[in-house]
Amino acid sequence: MNAPGSRKSRLMAPIAETGHCGLFLIRMLAGLRFEHQQLISVLQQIYLVGARSLVIIMICGFFVGMVLALQAINALQQFGASDQVSLLVGKTLFRELGPVLTALLFAGRAGTSIAAEIGLMKATSQIDAMQLMAIDPIQRIALPRFLAGLVSVPLLAAMFNAFAILGAVIFSIGVMGIDPGIFWSKLQTGIYFGKDFVGGIWKSVVFGGLVSLIAVYFGYYAKPTSEGVGTATTRTVVLSSVLILIFDFIMTSFLI
Amino acid sequence: MRANYQVEVTSGVFLLLGIAAMLWLATEATDYGMQVGDDTYRVTARFSNVADLKDGAPVKIGGVTVGLVERISLDPVTFDAIVELQIDGRYADIPTDTSASILTSGILGDRYVGLEPGGALEALADGDQILITQSAVVLESLVSKYLFNTGKEEGE
Repeated sequence: MNAPGSRKSRLMAPIAETGHCGLFLIRMLAGLRFEHQQLISVLQQIYLVGARSLVIIMICGFFVGMVLALQAINALQQFGASDQVSLLVGKTLFRELGPVLTALLFAGRAGTSIAAEIGLMKATSQIDAMQLMAIDPIQRIALPRFLAGLVSVPLLAAMFNAFAILGAVIFSIGVMGIDPGIFWSKLQTGIYFGKDFVGGIWKSVVFGGLVSLIAVYFGYYAKPTSEGVGTATTRTVVLSSVLILIFDFIMTSFLI
Repeated sequence: MRANYQVEVTSGVFLLLGIAAMLWLATEATDYGMQVGDDTYRVTARFSNVADLKDGAPVKIGGVTVGLVERISLDPVTFDAIVELQIDGRYADIPTDTSASILTSGILGDRYVGLEPGGALEALADGDQILITQSAVVLESLVSKYLFNTGKEEGE
């Protein structure tokens, strides 16, 4: 299995790699069995990539909410419209910052560890051993991690948003003295369930799939050396961050 | 098996927490719970100008939301805007001589339909029309009216 980066033409290389990655995705999804064993390993991966990312997501969400409220109140006060703070914070969070920041944090926290783990498995010939035992490593190793990322990221984004709203509540109601009734009623009348909330969830599902696919792919096709594992980890973070932001723009322009 | 069990419990807790966060956000921080229930009735009202009233805008009596704007369309003959209002069945005793006006919450806020109950004994029923309406106040036309009037006074 050649690393796809070593193909001939420089120009065609990214296209070939995209195709290779797509085929990898299809091979992975073809291994979907809905068996008990597979469910257990997905749950285990959800614990590793999802549950253990929870604390960082909660802390980041909380402070993002606080700083958003701070900036929004500062800017809105000039127009005497600081009552609108919850609307501004809510729209920003649900539509953009929640899904995007969660996916970026997830890429840094879990994407790297997936890529490094699979890369190291390859470097220590564990994947070759599996193939010798007629176990499909893509189905056994890659698929649970991919599915776990796909499930975890939307849930993490929801936790991020919840804690960000909490941070905004504490800052604007507790510190700046915005009326709580106005704060909540602006949220409940101005944030649309269909457009803002569901749109944000769609985004984070796509981002979750994207990040975990990239992590699993780069880990699986890492060069089986310590340097190769390092390269795979770096490329995972860089490419997933860039693609998250590109996909975010594309999805936003279709969702609106 | 022991460690495995703990992992499963933790990931289960994580999944439930995530779903709980989603439900909380959907019900508390969006307009999801604001939609009126199944038990509703529809009344229409004709306005000469609805300005930027949107579908889903609230219908209020005394500041309390009692329903929402279901549809806004244009009468092809009279060129009136026909606004269909969906009102919660709990408020079934709104008098027939109620007046509807399009108002703005605050200076920069959204448009909503405000109902001012009259004194008639009969109540509005499904499919009825509110006859007394007051169109939206459009700031630009107010300003131009003001400019026009002062201009005329100076001219006289």
